[in-house]
Amino acid sequence: MSLNRRSFLVSGASALALLGVAAAWPVRALAKLVRPEAAFTATNVNDAIAGIGGAAETSAEIVFQTPEIAENGAVVPVSVTSNLPGTDQISILVEANPNPLVAVFSIPEGTLPTVQTRVKVAQTCNLTAVVRANGKNYSVSRETKVTLGGCGG
Amino acid sequence: MGNPMRIRATIKGDTTEVKVLMSHPMETGQRKDSAGAVVPAHFITTVVAHHNDREVLSAEWGAAVSQNPFLQFSFKGGAAGDKVKVSWTDNKGDTRTDEVALA
Repeated sequence: MSLNRRSFLVSGASALALLGVAAAWPVRALAKLVRPEAAFTATNVNDAIAGIGGAAETSAEIVFQTPEIAENGAVVPVSVTSNLPGTDQISILVEANPNPLVAVFSIPEGTLPTVQTRVKVAQTCNLTAVVRANGKNYSVSRETKVTLGGCGG
Repeated sequence: MGNPMRIRATIKGDTTEVKVLMSHPMETGQRKDSAGAVVPAHFITTVVAHHNDREVLSAEWGAAVSQNPFLQFSFKGGAAGDKVKVSWTDNKGDTRTDEVALA
């Protein structure tokens, strides 16, 4: 009898767990970022920016940290922090790369609008951060000098 | 399957800072090997991070993110015992998920 009760409880608990997973799915699907394929395959900065929402206004509210001189273009640390309210997307572009768009980050509510990563930079050029806040794009650019390119062997 | 990621999640006041080091070649598809043959592109395209069941970051990447990618971000909340889970998918359909518990 007690065994029956236990197995009943266990099956009930696993059914509940399954329900929980099922309920979480649609939310996740909605929040999913759609890959801007055209922007990733674009070969110049303007096309790439057009692919992620178009013309961007320069803003001093974006803190974009890049090294002035990168000894190794294959590993260039970059950090983007947006002080614009309503920031929900941060993108990083490297002008001289064969495909300038490097990364697009989607920032949901509750996540701080700051990301840090490392990128490849082919040669000395401008790096641009594009931030989408309240449906509008803002950008800031900084030049990084590369002494050793990121496309070598 | 890919190699394991190193994830470090630290509670800092009312936010949690997450640092991830992934293990991936991130080949651009533009490089040639010593025989002159093009090394095919092989890079992470999508990264998703969850705090328990809540999505806290998603990213779409190109091939120009550095080899063995590093990523740092922070989200509000987080308590000891909470789970932080990071998953990536690459252009060959390979995927890897790793999880850490907040200390």
